[in-house]
Amino acid sequence: MYLTSGAEATVKVEKGIIIKERVPKSYRLKELDERIRKERTKAEARLLSEARRAGVPTPIIYDIDNSTIKMQYLDGTALRSVIDEKLSEQIGILVAELHMAGIIHGDLTTSNLILVNYRIYMIDFGLSFFDSCTEARGVDVHVLFQTFESTHDNHEKLIEAFCRGYRQEFRQADEVLERVKEIEKRGRYA
Amino acid sequence: MKGTVLGIEGTAWNLSAAIVNEQDVIAEVSDMYRPPTGGIHPREAAQHHAKYASYVVKGVLEEAKKKGVDASKIDAISFSQGPGLGACLRTVATAARMLAITLDVPLVGVNHCLAHVEVGRWKTPATDPVTLYVSGANSQVLAYRMGRYRVFGETLDIGLGNAFDKFARNAGLGHPGGPQIEQFAKGASKYIPLPYVVKGMDLSFSGLSTAATEALKNNSMKDVCYSYQETAFAMVVEVTERALAHTGKNEVLLAGGVGANMRLREMLDIMCTERGASFYVPEKRFMGDNGAMIAYLGLLMYDSGNILDIENSHVNPNFRPDDVDVTWLPKDFEERRETCI
Repeated sequence: MYLTSGAEATVKVEKGIIIKERVPKSYRLKELDERIRKERTKAEARLLSEARRAGVPTPIIYDIDNSTIKMQYLDGTALRSVIDEKLSEQIGILVAELHMAGIIHGDLTTSNLILVNYRIYMIDFGLSFFDSCTEARGVDVHVLFQTFESTHDNHEKLIEAFCRGYRQEFRQADEVLERVKEIEKRGRYA
Repeated sequence: MKGTVLGIEGTAWNLSAAIVNEQDVIAEVSDMYRPPTGGIHPREAAQHHAKYASYVVKGVLEEAKKKGVDASKIDAISFSQGPGLGACLRTVATAARMLAITLDVPLVGVNHCLAHVEVGRWKTPATDPVTLYVSGANSQVLAYRMGRYRVFGETLDIGLGNAFDKFARNAGLGHPGGPQIEQFAKGASKYIPLPYVVKGMDLSFSGLSTAATEALKNNSMKDVCYSYQETAFAMVVEVTERALAHTGKNEVLLAGGVGANMRLREMLDIMCTERGASFYVPEKRFMGDNGAMIAYLGLLMYDSGNILDIENSHVNPNFRPDDVDVTWLPKDFEERRETCI
């Protein structure tokens, strides 16, 4: 069963295991294509583990090879359909923990946050990277706020709740949230 | 849409004036600044524009007159307001203001990047494309969404054309570098690994350019040029594909001078074919900087009431395409497209 098929990878479930494969691109040179897929697969696996070490629940990795990661299938609900203020505050805490560990998720949306037994898991670290600057953190939060705005009516309350959680956990929170406002003004599609 | 607009382009090395109406380009006269050595010197380029401004404007008016379009038929003057080299922009803006006052017609300030997109939509069958705009100074992936052309990805440092030029200069090849690199790449025998820098949706070329220069110490010019092209183009095609997946659009438009490269076209074509998208390239005269595109977007803006007071017609060297309210497309443009499919 295919879950998604993005520009870069396909994700399918086989025997209760998630298999994420970076597909070859025939427009680019084979050598280059293999190098990119291998580097990114390795980096993603590493970021998944590092995030978990920092206290952010992520799927457990079972196996990786040059272009494929096999990992735990999470039987839960995407936050997209169940989000409320309480959960949004919890997201704030999780994102703070991730940022404190020097990790940027890169694609924080309510579809990439899964609720399993009252616990929020973060998935899809395909665009993640290590960075500790305010700008990168700001963009990360900005992307999440955009999904609040585009898919949830009560987005102002959700944003407030997120900020509560984020501030509670993270000393540099104010600096990042200030930057988010600035990024919004720039109007750049991020 | 109706009207006749005279537009002037001069953001960098090409000074070009054109008169268009809704059907076609009526006249176009250009004069290129060609640096004797090295790259574009902003001051000298501006001096060139100042020297030849009256030549291109007079020329285009005369040419139009021969085709029965008198200066009195011109409804508005448009000019490249940015982004570009400050000194060049100011020179061209001065010429445009003077013309608008003389002919007593409105002035329209055009965003140079959007002019590339709109001329492509005009001159190819593309209707609502993801545009890859790669030139000397600019490298952007643009697409229309909710009233604006959004930047989905862009270079974090220098444009791809400039990256090629910089390498070419270090390698002792002439200016511009792109065409020479393309020529050398044809005889290559192997790929040399070079840094591939895509950060999310954004690109970076300066490190790649330096690494390519370094690689010349131990490798042949042909192999380095080939590897440089393959790496840089794979980066821009990847970001273009992501933008397609993200927006759900099914057309790609190529714009900008680097778009002349046949290998880049081939790679985009393969990507589009595999995704089931259409790929469009305008004819060469509309790819690089040209007056026709400025006149055409000027016409679209004039028709939708998007004009400038002389007092507020300052140039903006960092003019972003996503700062422009797209007044010339109907508000339900996207929905209309979706119902058409």
